[in-house]
Amino acid sequence: MPTLVSHPDEVKVISRRFGQGAADIDKYIELDGYKAVQKAIAEGPDWIINTMKASGLRGRGGAGFPTGMKWSFVPKQSEKPKYVLVNGDESEPGTCKDHVIFLHDPHAVIEGTMIAGLAIGSKMGFIYLRGEYRYLLKIMEKAVADAYAKGFLGKNIFGSGIDFDIVTQSGAGAYEVGEESALMESLEGKRGVPRIKPPFPAVVGLYGGPTVINNAETIASAPHILLMGGEEYAKIGSERNGGTRLFGISGHVERPGVYELPMGYNLKKAIYDVAGGIKDGKKLKAVVPGGSSCPVLLPEEIDVGLDFDQMGKAGTMLGSGGIVVLDETVSIVEFALRTIAFYQHESCGWCIPCREGTDWIKKTLTRVYNGGGSKKDVANVQYLAENMMGRTFCPLGDAAAMPTLGFVKKFRKEFEDYIEGHKAGTPIITVEQLVGAH
Amino acid sequence: MPDVTFTVDGKQITAPAGTLLIEACKSAGIEIPAFCYYPGLSLQAACRMCVVRIEKMPKLQTACTTPVAEGMVVSSETPEIAQARKATLQLLLGNHPLDCPVCDAGGECELQDMTFKYGAGESLYAEAKNHREEQQWSPVVYFDRPRCILCYRCVRMCGEGMDVFALGIQNRGSSAVIAPNIPAHQSPDHLAHLDCEQCGMCIDACPVGALTSGAYRYKTRPWEMNHVATICTHCGDGCKTTLGVRSTSDGAEIVRGDNRDKSGINGDFLCNKGRYAFDFANSPERITAPLVRQPDGSLKEVSWEEAFAHAGKKLRELRDAKGGSSIGVIGGNRLTNEEAYLLQKFARTVLGTNNIDHHRTADYVTFAQALAGQQGRTASWRDTQSYPAVLIVGGDPTNQAPGTAWNLRADVRLNKARLYVANTDEIKLRRQAKAFLQLAPFGYGALTAYLAGDAASASNAATNTSALDTFRDAVKAEEKLLILIGSELRGADLKRLIEFGLTIPGAKFALLSDYANSRGAADMGLLPDMLPGYVPVSNPGPFAEHNAPTKNGLNMLEIFEAAGRGELSALYVVNSNPISRYNVDPAVLKDTFVVVHEMFMTETAQLADVILPAANLYEKGGSVTNSYGDLQLVQKAGDRAGVRTDFEMIVRVADKMGADIKALVPFGKGLRADMGQSRGAQSGEADRHAVWLTANNLEPKLSPFDSWAILDEIQRLVPGYNLLRLQLLSGNDQHLEPAAASAASANRRDLVLPSGDTLFTSGTLGRFSPALNDVQRYQGNEPLIQIHTAAE
Amino acid sequence: MSTITNSIFSPETAARFDRLVTLYPVKRSALVPMLLYAQDEVGYVSDAVVTEIAERLDLLELDVRNVLSYYSMLRTKPAGKYNVQVCTNISCMLRGGYEILDHCKHKLGIGHKEVTADKVFSLEEVECIGACCWAPAMQVNYDFHDNLTTVKVDEILATYRAGQGKDVK
Repeated sequence: MPTLVSHPDEVKVISRRFGQGAADIDKYIELDGYKAVQKAIAEGPDWIINTMKASGLRGRGGAGFPTGMKWSFVPKQSEKPKYVLVNGDESEPGTCKDHVIFLHDPHAVIEGTMIAGLAIGSKMGFIYLRGEYRYLLKIMEKAVADAYAKGFLGKNIFGSGIDFDIVTQSGAGAYEVGEESALMESLEGKRGVPRIKPPFPAVVGLYGGPTVINNAETIASAPHILLMGGEEYAKIGSERNGGTRLFGISGHVERPGVYELPMGYNLKKAIYDVAGGIKDGKKLKAVVPGGSSCPVLLPEEIDVGLDFDQMGKAGTMLGSGGIVVLDETVSIVEFALRTIAFYQHESCGWCIPCREGTDWIKKTLTRVYNGGGSKKDVANVQYLAENMMGRTFCPLGDAAAMPTLGFVKKFRKEFEDYIEGHKAGTPIITVEQLVGAH
Repeated sequence: MPDVTFTVDGKQITAPAGTLLIEACKSAGIEIPAFCYYPGLSLQAACRMCVVRIEKMPKLQTACTTPVAEGMVVSSETPEIAQARKATLQLLLGNHPLDCPVCDAGGECELQDMTFKYGAGESLYAEAKNHREEQQWSPVVYFDRPRCILCYRCVRMCGEGMDVFALGIQNRGSSAVIAPNIPAHQSPDHLAHLDCEQCGMCIDACPVGALTSGAYRYKTRPWEMNHVATICTHCGDGCKTTLGVRSTSDGAEIVRGDNRDKSGINGDFLCNKGRYAFDFANSPERITAPLVRQPDGSLKEVSWEEAFAHAGKKLRELRDAKGGSSIGVIGGNRLTNEEAYLLQKFARTVLGTNNIDHHRTADYVTFAQALAGQQGRTASWRDTQSYPAVLIVGGDPTNQAPGTAWNLRADVRLNKARLYVANTDEIKLRRQAKAFLQLAPFGYGALTAYLAGDAASASNAATNTSALDTFRDAVKAEEKLLILIGSELRGADLKRLIEFGLTIPGAKFALLSDYANSRGAADMGLLPDMLPGYVPVSNPGPFAEHNAPTKNGLNMLEIFEAAGRGELSALYVVNSNPISRYNVDPAVLKDTFVVVHEMFMTETAQLADVILPAANLYEKGGSVTNSYGDLQLVQKAGDRAGVRTDFEMIVRVADKMGADIKALVPFGKGLRADMGQSRGAQSGEADRHAVWLTANNLEPKLSPFDSWAILDEIQRLVPGYNLLRLQLLSGNDQHLEPAAASAASANRRDLVLPSGDTLFTSGTLGRFSPALNDVQRYQGNEPLIQIHTAAE
Repeated sequence: MSTITNSIFSPETAARFDRLVTLYPVKRSALVPMLLYAQDEVGYVSDAVVTEIAERLDLLELDVRNVLSYYSMLRTKPAGKYNVQVCTNISCMLRGGYEILDHCKHKLGIGHKEVTADKVFSLEEVECIGACCWAPAMQVNYDFHDNLTTVKVDEILATYRAGQGKDVK
């Protein structure tokens, strides 16, 4: 069971009920549960959307799109039914924040789904969890059943005359399904291959109907925002980055864990204060700041605020909030290889640049890692990654290319030294393993 | 859609709003490369080759998914774009084998062309390419996985285009692969296979050499063939097929059939038969020397001169002794119009008989008569691509006219056409239908009676009579309706259905028949009671100049009945096998002198006194008319030493009978000189031709063997065949409408006998096509593949 | 009673599938979870599973295979009773994921995607399972085990071998 951590700098909004047994519906109600949805019913869709806009909440899946605006894009009138789709296909390496939400506060996800439904005029929501999260799916299923039993879901919710249903759905192992259109495909029983955009899901989404797709954390934030007020929530964060966020700090830190910090919180402080600094007193080598797809930061680059804009300025991304910390013992060649191996394994194969690009970068880095590299290989890897950037069907290609470019650009010397036989760090992947694994 | 104006590479272009950029550019002469894009199939945006720069867009955009918009400013070919395309090619070539010199697609490969253009020549990789053995998925489809670039054209072609869904995509990432519907582990030979209609459309769509044809693979190189566009000899749709022809020691061998330039009436489509079943022409079983029955009963190879002389002499004697009415003539469904016309003229003016018929596969006489006096009421095959509503009564286009079925599916898919199907069987096209009316067995007559207003017939037409009412009302509510009629409807039934249809102002009709020129055989008067153009024998009108007998002749069955009574002195059969088709007792012909033009030793040929080895439709020039009445050009592709066209042979026999050849074939007045192009220069026919011409003191540039010589007469005399010569000669289709007089009496005997051909059979030709036999065996002789589908 | 006669699934699973297809606007939506639940019961996605699911959802078997081959948790060969899935992705790798994997290989005597002779265990190296902050982590079937050490792995494997491990499906 994931251990809960805590730090004085945390601002507990979404994690307010963590560790208090809120998976139990009565406990949840006792902790102000299902008040927000009733308020939403009373105040109406425009109020919900305006509150969400005022909160400055930006998508917690990684893209950081303003949530209130996303909801406002859904047409008021639609021939086809509208849907809310909660993305709990949490798969970005370094990310385990939704994991704790489903575990500790499943009803917040349900309530948030209902709020999104009310905002856009939808009668049905889907909560999609990655297949590996079976035990969390069970928790969600029970929570949904309990909500139905209380009459919170189904016909005429809270006497409003509005019906709302929620179906929980399990994936079966595919990172790409975390992309919103691939998620819809998967939910429709198909291969998790992304769709051509436009049309965007807000117009033509699930089953052809207008659809709002939000990350589970985004959705679970909604009830808190409605209760505390959009402006209040916005105040917690930094400019244009409202509220708090769950940051998962993992890797070589003393106290890894999921911490709720205000948007804009300093990355260096997060690593050294909140997570207790580098494990075993070692020196920091690099930080992958927002899940494995974010370009790596050097120790001298981490004095930066954790929000979408400041991280963008620093040449990387806030991503999914999974901060992976690398100490001095890590071989970047190996780390880059392990990263691209993941994307190669998870590329859906639909488009050529991603399918072939990830494969050739992995092959080349494998050879380099095994001692058969030449200097030209580093240039080739960079060339391949540069030619994937912005050219692929969906963001997975960029997600694979960006970290690769980060590694080869910022650690070029380490790659070249490695090729010449001066191996930095302590390699831990054996050849046999890599070949066997993928 | 209103037009929008936008700019590509500085050039201003106007196109309807909503047009895809790639198509708009193509229309303006700007080619944007693409592997995955295929017109008419769903969009993929997967290959990323069509990327272009559009002003105000942050990234390169795919032209295949971008609709044009007013004021859009596009660059289609900049260094940035060229680099993106080059990089994509480099990625593909990482694993794509460089076996172009032995690859079937070499020279016709889009990847090769793009590599040539963007110069992704240098390799970035040190790793070995992934090799996989080639797989044979069916007798006609081979898959070479390493060559596959995953453009998914084949998958869409099979699913969306063919409604077969036999190909899928499996695994993911760099392991993703095109997979057929029978997995290896479920197959007796542990190899993956395809259970499908074997149309080969997947191969046609493949931009590289990943999918190759069992018939063609490793046979030759594209540039070593002559490519001749002609009309498929099989069904009544009349698809253009491009035959790849290569010289051999005894003529010119057809090595490939495909749909190379897609310029035909069939657009993208070609079925199994059009693509593979040309191989009967190369059969070693072909008869390649004239044979004459000897007194001992054996057949002996003789010279052409001897064969013609013998046939001509005997026929003349029998005609003179017993009268023309003792002679029967049976023509084929795969003759050119010119040959069919000549055959009936020969029968009526040289043999002096109206005893002429052909294997009728649809009742075109009633069709023409029921539409007498109507204009613009017959449908071209092209209408099936675009009509907003289509009713099919009877028939099963999927099996009998696959091109029609293709068009109807496309019409439903792309134009949201409403398809209504009424059939006694659950034909596959019901899956595209807005409404499917299941008729009771033999319920067509009752249906037409019901449609004519006889409510009492409802219960005989369909079990569900309320569905019948709904169906009729829906059909009647259509303003523009295409009514396709199967051969089950004949005589009075057919007439009633057409009369019902005529109450719908925008309705057009077509009657589907079974062979390449079944329609032409009827149009050209291979009938005992009808002259060409459905002019009654008794009232010859324009044909009075022929001075032919004006009494109706014997029909197909009556001819053999007469033979049985010992009253048939001679029978002249041109590329038809009535003995087998009508199950005729061979003994009835024991005292009849039989002349047969044939390719193969058929049941009919076996009874012949003279067998004249015939060329087939791929070995001659002329015109044919498809089921719909669309006239198209047939061009000589293959050649076989020792065979001659039916046209020439009829003329030669007539000549030996002492007929006035200039009256039979009014050559010398023609517009088109033939220097041997339409016959076999390779096999020395031009010389033979010249020798004969000289011997007869004839103008060497125009010949009575040139089937074009008679086209002038057809055009002049045959009602409804006032064709556009230039349109025909340039290889374009033109729609002709019959111009019959309405019928005096409808008491004609129903002699329609559907061929019963499936996707993998084709009358006599099918029996001698190794490809069709292989596929038939492979598909377990299923008469109809009903491929189960997703209920979406 | 199941809507399918002669279902290959247990009455409970068959009933669950009957209900599952009714939950969605389009019944095909049940495909991915159904394949996973069928695998939970049968041990893998067998041909019979493909056939029945295709029938339940009015799909071609090819469609089912296209989808099934896309998702990495679905398998067409039997795994061990307990499928040990060790994460070696970046966060786990930094905290000894490969050591855990090696240890499992050594301990079980099998490699990636192999099954022990007694069919009790199978082993898989998997991508990130969303337990990064409690790394290194693994799953035995669906149950998470985190903050692993080799000693802890030994205990976990022993518990499963003794038939006392959690196995919630």
